[in-house]
Amino acid sequence: MKHLLSTKNLTRDQAIEILDTADRMADVGQQSVKKLPALRGRTVVNLFFEDSTRTRISFETAAKRLSADVINFSAKGSSVSKGESLKDTAQTLMAMEADAVVIRHGASGAPQQLATTGWIDAAVLNAGDGKHEHPTQALLDAMTLREHRSKLAGTATTGTGLDGMHVVIAGDILHSRVARSNMWLLNTLGARVTFVAPPTLLPVGVEHWPARIVFDLDQALAQNPDAVMLLRVQRERMHAAFFPSEAEYARWWGLTPERLAALDAAGATTAIMHPGPMNRGLEISSVAADSPRSTVLRQVANGVSVRMACLYLLLTGDNSAAQVL
Amino acid sequence: MSQDPQQATAVDTGSWLVCQANVLGETVTDLLIVDGVITQMGTELSDENATVIDASHQIALPGLVDIHTHLREPGREDAETVETGTRAAAKGGYTAVFAMANSNPVADTAGVVEQVWGLGRAAGWTQVQPIGAVTVGLEGKNLSEIGAMAESRAQVRVFSDDGKCVHDPLLMRRALEYVKTFDGVVAQHAQEPRLTEDAQMNEGSVSADLGLAGWPAVAEESIIARDVLLAQHVGSRVHICHLSTKGSVELVRWAKQRGIDVTAEVTPHHLLLTDELVRTFDPVFKVNPPLRTDEDVAAVRAAVADGTIDVVGTDHAPHPREDKECEWSCAAMGMTGLETALSVVHHTLVETGAISWRDVARIMSQTPAQIGRLEGQGRPLEVGEPANIVLFDPAAVTTVDPEKHASKGRNSPYKGLTLPGSVRATFFKGHPVVLDGELMRPHPAAR
Repeated sequence: MKHLLSTKNLTRDQAIEILDTADRMADVGQQSVKKLPALRGRTVVNLFFEDSTRTRISFETAAKRLSADVINFSAKGSSVSKGESLKDTAQTLMAMEADAVVIRHGASGAPQQLATTGWIDAAVLNAGDGKHEHPTQALLDAMTLREHRSKLAGTATTGTGLDGMHVVIAGDILHSRVARSNMWLLNTLGARVTFVAPPTLLPVGVEHWPARIVFDLDQALAQNPDAVMLLRVQRERMHAAFFPSEAEYARWWGLTPERLAALDAAGATTAIMHPGPMNRGLEISSVAADSPRSTVLRQVANGVSVRMACLYLLLTGDNSAAQVL
Repeated sequence: MSQDPQQATAVDTGSWLVCQANVLGETVTDLLIVDGVITQMGTELSDENATVIDASHQIALPGLVDIHTHLREPGREDAETVETGTRAAAKGGYTAVFAMANSNPVADTAGVVEQVWGLGRAAGWTQVQPIGAVTVGLEGKNLSEIGAMAESRAQVRVFSDDGKCVHDPLLMRRALEYVKTFDGVVAQHAQEPRLTEDAQMNEGSVSADLGLAGWPAVAEESIIARDVLLAQHVGSRVHICHLSTKGSVELVRWAKQRGIDVTAEVTPHHLLLTDELVRTFDPVFKVNPPLRTDEDVAAVRAAVADGTIDVVGTDHAPHPREDKECEWSCAAMGMTGLETALSVVHHTLVETGAISWRDVARIMSQTPAQIGRLEGQGRPLEVGEPANIVLFDPAAVTTVDPEKHASKGRNSPYKGLTLPGSVRATFFKGHPVVLDGELMRPHPAAR
């Protein structure tokens, strides 16, 4: 594996190797000296064409814990509006001898173009491209789900997939790269995915996806899924006739206090997940976000571990991570 | 301005004896061409003054006519000029191209269409027939100088806002009515604008995976449905540019059954390529209307075979490298096509048995000339007819290399693909602008 561009093309073995490596990386975070020498002397560039402080600092933390040098390149807005092409930007960074480029871009496919055009020869990590994919988010979600199950069952996570688990993903599927990456990865790891969304926020062609589609969140939650993941509703969708009002969205597709109470009453073990940042009161109520079911902060912590694992595996080309860690 | 290639009979273009050509893939014969006209046809012709061209095993077709070409001049000479675009046309076997109106300035006045027409005459590689804009600046608000363009030296008969749809139904109705004055036609770029805001590719299972904004088939079909009904209502003829979906085929078929005077065009790329290619995120595959699905490709091929689709138009749309060497969503739409069209038609329609070479002559020469009311083009290969002829070696094999194209555009979606057949010679008004597959000199009446 030279690049990490999508989860669609990850094999089960590759995914489990990343997750197992991430589990070991998590141990580093528990030590007083949170640092490994693995990537000493290597340079990681965070190339962010979209604002995303959370994802950027997660990658930055991950690279630094592996002792890599980190360059943050924030090209706010599109490269075209800046007057410099993606090609020139990427090649400029390559001239600085970057070993890996972590790219976040508003245009679907930009990371794949970097990886396939021959403009650069660094490892490319997709940190979110348009509405296409956000593979490390899906991997950190999978890590969180694995952790959730092992905690309940008292078993180890190592080497396991997510077989038999059921994950409900609710919200703006149409515009969500998180939904897409999760769908592919969760299926690869043996979990079942149910999408819950207003029909306006589902793409045409969704019937070909390996996911069940329902419009009724209560119906989906009544199955006591292992987790429910709420997707952020972008404010600009409010004005584009995707749904009539915020209030109606929250009532029909939000994780309201009532729906949380129903999960409690049913004795469900459902974890509540959110990729952040949250719109409290819209797709997720505060009581749900702050409830013991919430894994939101575990997801953030696991994000660093997963990104360490990805950087490590891509840059060391060492597919038997265990012998080093 | 010198003599007109369109009156080339007055110009000495010499004598050419084309031997053993397979006319329309039906009859092997010799053709004697003298000063722009086919003067004799038959076996074992001889003329000691004539230069002999061996055309054995080559198909002879009437010179191709492209109803849909973007020559980019004036305004985007970095993408293409009339000179380079018509060189590409000649290499592709075209003896006439209709130049779309979306130049800069837009071809919405007599001045601009006469400029393009004059540049075409001066270049002398192929006949350039300008298309006029339907509305001022392609803005869809006010009718352009339609009458002035029609009676200009360019004699414009085809009007189109191509690149944009004439979406205002009342304006479309008026345009359809008005061009009846001089037997003109409106060529519609069928794209409902609201349904295609920021559209990046065909809307379907691939766009769902890639997270690219979809360009739904219904955005094309709803406009076609409206426009065939408008054409029926006001008794006008309408031409549908670059039809791309199965549903559009069904609508045009329905309209023709009702006797509506509609003609439809398909591009070579919609006959061959599908939206699966977008998975590469290579912007060379970004085009408008977008590449569709296998099912649509099958439908448009069948529609050419049964006559529902009347013509193949290239929608040749050259772009400079920097407009394609960027993120998919920033990239320009369009692909080159003049130099590959005949091979793609050979591959998708002739080799598959869907149509004959006679049909190729109909869809790529005769009917496009008729739709555009272009005299002296699209004529049968017969004694007394103008010598617009393409000789095509169907057995040749070409690996497409855009770097070798005469067009300035390097944005060929067929790069690296092996396609059957090769244009060996193009006679434009009796003068070989292409011989042995290479550009020769422009028509002597030029310049």
